[in-house]
Amino acid sequence: MGIPVHELAHARAGDKGDTSNIGVFGYDDDSYQILKKELTAARVENELEEIIEGSVTRYDLPQLNGFNFVLEGALAGGVTTSVRVDTHGKSLSYALLDIVVDVEK
Amino acid sequence: MTDHLTIGTGAGFAGDRIDPATALADQADLDYLVFECLAERTIANAQRRKMDDPSTGYTPLLSRRMEAVLPSCVENNTRIITNMGAANPEAARKRVIDIATELGISDLSVASVAGSAVRDRFDHFEEQTFSGESTTQYQENCVSANAYLGVQGILDALNDDADVIITGRVADPSLFLAPMVYEHGWDLTNPTDADQIGQGIACAHLLECAGQVTGGYFADPDYKDVPNLETLGFPIAEVTVDGDVTIMKLPNSGGKVTLRTCKEQILYEVHDPSAYLTPDAIADFSNVSFEQVGTDQVQVSGATADPKPETLKVNIGYEDGVLGEGQISYAGPNAEQRARLAGDTVRKRLVARDFPIDDLRVDIMGVDSLHEGRGRDQSSPYEVRLRVAGKCETSTNAAEIGREVQTLYTNGPAGGGGVTMRTKPVLGIVSTLIDRNHVHHDVCIEEVK
Repeated sequence: MGIPVHELAHARAGDKGDTSNIGVFGYDDDSYQILKKELTAARVENELEEIIEGSVTRYDLPQLNGFNFVLEGALAGGVTTSVRVDTHGKSLSYALLDIVVDVEK
Repeated sequence: MTDHLTIGTGAGFAGDRIDPATALADQADLDYLVFECLAERTIANAQRRKMDDPSTGYTPLLSRRMEAVLPSCVENNTRIITNMGAANPEAARKRVIDIATELGISDLSVASVAGSAVRDRFDHFEEQTFSGESTTQYQENCVSANAYLGVQGILDALNDDADVIITGRVADPSLFLAPMVYEHGWDLTNPTDADQIGQGIACAHLLECAGQVTGGYFADPDYKDVPNLETLGFPIAEVTVDGDVTIMKLPNSGGKVTLRTCKEQILYEVHDPSAYLTPDAIADFSNVSFEQVGTDQVQVSGATADPKPETLKVNIGYEDGVLGEGQISYAGPNAEQRARLAGDTVRKRLVARDFPIDDLRVDIMGVDSLHEGRGRDQSSPYEVRLRVAGKCETSTNAAEIGREVQTLYTNGPAGGGGVTMRTKPVLGIVSTLIDRNHVHHDVCIEEVK
């Protein structure tokens, strides 16, 4: 069964230069375990390939049921010079929450 | 020395709301009220204003913020620390002296902390920017270059009994860490204080974006609800000498402080959680945990720190041409297709013109303006807004982008309405490093008698 990450977790995006980071936090332990397995750095890189140019790194923070995804080359050159509408990439957290992951019944 | 040091946040960015700071100044019995008002590009913009008028160059809302909180802060013995000095801390200090005088406040000591401006030290910058380009290529179009200072200038001002301290570029967490180091006597060079310093930086990081830890930038209806968002309060932290940290807010304010609001904020703009670089120490948030110890009260634990880096981060602001933009809306049957035809038409007309445009973009807002193609296969919205934008070397050329959108009224697809157009000078920012021995802070204190 596939469900959007939005049903399992909450997230916030931040920016520095041309790099975006997205903190993602499972609503409970079970959600965290599903995301740990399904929401890999490679999966995020693949899902957001039209938006980001660089690579994705995932840092795990199990005590927070959380992950920090660092997305390089995600902001079309950076907040200050990008001609995108959302120069900071603040809305990118919801692109990540839109990813559909497999959940075993 | 205060055992339970109380620090509140008065602003999390230059344009932040003013009422929450007034409420904290009036009701929270704070030791310190800290205003963080500088984003990456703010100083470059302020430097431009200063070039036009040397008495400006500080944050535009300085006067309104000070008028709102100064009387209560004086009455309640609350010291104010802020980076509202931006490109001109000295002028900001003078302005605060004038405001205090106008308000009839006497016996106030106001300090400015300058020294972050390092544009004259390009020779000492690292050869490469963070993104690997040559630093010197930005020298010609450079508007400003500022190093991120640490706590030391603020500590000097506190030691000289300043009541209000106004800095230029200081690392955001340092604004909040300085009063902890000063009041609790923590030693930044002593490994035995590493946990306290780490906890202090974690606390500073949670506070620095103001409402973002009290339920601002958090609400998602039916998933993460926030009570009374319209009266969102700003955070207060209680910090003990041992580095115990509790985040809270005024009970009569809107918003909430929960494990979830704190989790989202602790990783905000952090890359490697085990190495959060500041000029004062390298904080390690990788084992930070939170405990709800009361309604809207969250205790923070588990942070630590390594000694400060030998280099300081420098942001170079440079002129990067002019953004030109035009927008127009379409609604009803076939709206997206008409918008797309309009976008293609403008693009072709602009390409046929005889001037270069960088990064020309055609966005259909409501369809693909935020996440490129993601979600494009969903059904067409009832209304969309076309946006065409690009960068040019001159504002005259940049204005032509908006004009081409405007001519869609009589030269484009059917039913377009609500054209807006604008041009805006683009200030780019790149970051590099400088050896900290080449950067010196300069504290100046002035008093209202």
